[in-house]
Amino acid sequence: MGSKLIILLVIILGVLAIAQLVRVNELTAKHAKRKEEDIPHRDNMFNSRMMLLFMIGLYVGFIYLMLEYGYVGMGPAASAHGQDVDWLLNLNFVIIIAIFFLTNTLLFVFAWKYVKRPGVKAFFYPHNNRLEMIWTVIPAAVLAVIIILGLRTWNDITTRAGAESENIELFSYQFGWTARYAGMNNELGKFDYKLTTADNPYALMTRDNIDASLEIMKVGGPGQEGVELIEDKLNDPSVIMSREDRDALRTELGRKERMVSLLQGMSATFNDSLNELANDDVILADSLVLLKGQHYNFSFRSKDVIHSAYFPHFRAQMNTVPGMTTYFKFQPLFTTGEMKEKMNSEDFEYILMCNKICGGSHYKMKMAVAVLGPEEYLSWQKSKMTYDGSPWLDFNDSERAAKEAELLEKYVEISSRVEEGEGK
Amino acid sequence: MAAVAHEGNHGHDHHEESFVSKYIFSQDHKMIGKQFLMTAIFMGLIAMMLSIFFRIQLGWPGESSDFLNTFLGDRWAPDGILNQDMYLGLVTIHGTIMVFFVLTGGLSGTFSNLLIPLQLGARDMASGMLNMLSYWMFALSSLIMLVSLFVESGPAMSGWTVYPPLSALPQAVSGSGMGMTLWLTSMTIFIASSLIGSLNYIVTVLNLRTKGMKMTRMPLTIWAFLVTAILGVLSFPVLLSAALLLLMDRTMGTSFYLSDIIVGGEMLDNVGGSPILYQHLFWFLGHPEVYIVLLPALGLSSEIISTNSRKPIFGYRAMIGSILAIGFLSFIVWGHHMFVTGMNPFLGSVFVFTTLLIAIPSAVKVFNYITTLWKGSIVYTPGMLFAIGLVSTFITGGVTGIILADSALDISVHDTYFVVAHFHVVMGLSAIFGMFAGIYHWFPKMYGKLMNNRLGYAHFWITIICGYGVFLPMHFVGLGGAPRRYYDYSVYEGFNPDAAEMMIDLNVVISIFAIIGAMGQILFFFNFFYSIFRGQRSPQNPWNSNTLEWTTPVEHIHGNWPGDLPTVHRWPYDYSKPGMENDFIPQDVPLMEGEEEH
Repeated sequence: MGSKLIILLVIILGVLAIAQLVRVNELTAKHAKRKEEDIPHRDNMFNSRMMLLFMIGLYVGFIYLMLEYGYVGMGPAASAHGQDVDWLLNLNFVIIIAIFFLTNTLLFVFAWKYVKRPGVKAFFYPHNNRLEMIWTVIPAAVLAVIIILGLRTWNDITTRAGAESENIELFSYQFGWTARYAGMNNELGKFDYKLTTADNPYALMTRDNIDASLEIMKVGGPGQEGVELIEDKLNDPSVIMSREDRDALRTELGRKERMVSLLQGMSATFNDSLNELANDDVILADSLVLLKGQHYNFSFRSKDVIHSAYFPHFRAQMNTVPGMTTYFKFQPLFTTGEMKEKMNSEDFEYILMCNKICGGSHYKMKMAVAVLGPEEYLSWQKSKMTYDGSPWLDFNDSERAAKEAELLEKYVEISSRVEEGEGK
Repeated sequence: MAAVAHEGNHGHDHHEESFVSKYIFSQDHKMIGKQFLMTAIFMGLIAMMLSIFFRIQLGWPGESSDFLNTFLGDRWAPDGILNQDMYLGLVTIHGTIMVFFVLTGGLSGTFSNLLIPLQLGARDMASGMLNMLSYWMFALSSLIMLVSLFVESGPAMSGWTVYPPLSALPQAVSGSGMGMTLWLTSMTIFIASSLIGSLNYIVTVLNLRTKGMKMTRMPLTIWAFLVTAILGVLSFPVLLSAALLLLMDRTMGTSFYLSDIIVGGEMLDNVGGSPILYQHLFWFLGHPEVYIVLLPALGLSSEIISTNSRKPIFGYRAMIGSILAIGFLSFIVWGHHMFVTGMNPFLGSVFVFTTLLIAIPSAVKVFNYITTLWKGSIVYTPGMLFAIGLVSTFITGGVTGIILADSALDISVHDTYFVVAHFHVVMGLSAIFGMFAGIYHWFPKMYGKLMNNRLGYAHFWITIICGYGVFLPMHFVGLGGAPRRYYDYSVYEGFNPDAAEMMIDLNVVISIFAIIGAMGQILFFFNFFYSIFRGQRSPQNPWNSNTLEWTTPVEHIHGNWPGDLPTVHRWPYDYSKPGMENDFIPQDVPLMEGEEEH
């Protein structure tokens, strides 16, 4: 309470002090017969010098920030396209910082130099077509370069991923991420949001899941009543309900019956060969693990509201939109260990963050990302299970050693592409 | 004085006006302009306070603050720590008020109303009645927006862009309940107000120019207001439809924006809608809106810079061309807000191209301002200081737009503090500077008094130093990868300690500058209200300006000119014309024998 009083007092005293200063100013002005509309020479000179001083201060501040913080933060781009983006970003920064200095200098120097001086009349100079042509054409030419280079990079980034890419789906919800790897067949299982249940949080489409959802709608499941029970309730004359409750229950029944018919339709058209697509997917709720040098094709899905998958270090970002699948592809270039060295920090980790306002805990919606070398990636992979509970690398004992060696060789080859200069 | 003013006031009603019809339900454009200004100043004060609340959280996250608890209470700041939902609410309402209520209603509403009839030589707006209606709808919508802050479930919390599904689902965030309903109601009324106002401005400019006031003799202020009004008329209806569809999704079970959603454990029926549709509709207004905010500020500063440099504005016709080009292009660039929404990349390429084109007319404007200063005889009124500040911040904020317009580069800075810094330099500094410049310059016309210059100087220098102090470092926070609308950046600590340290350090600096800058505005508020009552009386033409508003009597009269309307003989920028005695020649002075029109 005491501190509030003091703050209030300071503000009141401050305003009173200003009032007194203004009063003094007015009295001296009256004494000197100065009018507010006639700006005295002294005031003009003060402001013109301040213009110059301010410019210098602005530049010093800007240069200090640039030296101190210009290279902190995201670090070097850790993806192939990210390096192109950074090159282009730097080029753009060179251009705009040059414009910033040039035009601000002209502005403030003129503001300082051409202050009103006794006996000097302003120069009547209404227009000059040639000058105006110059500063239309030069910006246009610079922009043409920026546009051409920008669109070239943009096209590279947004072309469809090639067949060699590995497919991963990132599923977003308030407030977290789940990664789903496509497994050995490199094809993601189908999904439909209507199949979402406690046992099937990612709404994967398999025969079992469709049946389970139908079952819940028909006879009920944990925490919810099925169609049959609701019908019984509505038809049972011994159940006494208010009119509102009855109406609500009828609406509920209508919804569930509609769901049942939709699910039955799904069940009728479902092709059992699709089971396998989902069953060999690998779901990872706590982190995203990538292989250095591998091309990845990410697809994004959202459960509730719009989120955005932001990987600052890979210069990658894509919104996740409910009802719509979005895509982004990139190729990580450095393992987490290598990046720790580049960032000169033992504690560095790659991160995936949400970058679209999505609710109160938006700022906590993140997932750790790790990029591994071939050996570590393979041994990590060996410990993971697929959706139907079998190991990711499901080899017979007899052929395991040979298959794993084959995989390792492939991974080494993928990772070594980076050193050989693919993607810079 | 009043007697003099009434003399020869033929053809106009002489009856004494009652307090209500003069000060409250006035149909006089000058009074309505002042009403817009007062409301906008009040709303600006509120929005600034909201920003200080969340700057305290960002500068000193998790630290208890008596100040927050005093204002937000135990509901939203228990133990003096800001609630994370309310943080989003503050950000949302700060943005909404600043963009719509201060910089659209306040800036265009105040100065279009005040200056269009006065600078064109008209007795009033085309429709005084609609003009009054426009203000009162604005006042009502302001009131509703403020009321939404006091709703138990909180104000709208989905950002000022209110993207669905977040804004459509109360299950997703508490502010999407009653708070969002009030937001939509308020904005619907606001849009109606803005439309009525804009139509009135357009009709007045096209039809009520006095004799001799050709389109090419209009001051640049009027050109800016005209194009602004056209942008408003063409784009606000689209926002209205977006808001109505959202309202229907929220209340009537339609699925314009909703599809395949499970929220709070509940499976929604909505299928087939697209949240992206909303974004297209929103930004179809949203981008022209940037120029609805900016063009009036540029118009005002053109006038102020020319008058106080005692030089004609350089390249008058090029300036008109730039305003028109910017206005036109602003309609075909909205997609640059949506590069990472999953929109077709080819469409993205088109928007890159059109967006970067806007840099050309903008560059022309900047160079023309600078050339206007060259070899001038600059008089530093506070208005002039703010106008020069506007040019500097327009440059600084404009160049970073080049990066954001480039889709390939936008990917890595989209929705980070780099964007926040960019649009705050352009709108929060440049457009606000234009508004301050306008207030200082036309205060004598509004209140017949002069503001204190030296307080104005102090106000300007504190504001520009703090303004840059807040927003320059913010660019670096963004380049370090800090997403906007985060309640706390400690999330970085476990991932990138250097970046975390930078964000925490710079956020303290930014918050300190923001608090000092906000305190600095006390100088303005004091100067403004003190001068209304006790300022020095203004002469008729305090800044020796050429435009017609300075030929009206200082004391406001209904109908503006006591006698006949003035006739215009020349453009408004005859300053320091060679061979002339005075360094200014008002527009109603006939050409001398043998004199050529510039």
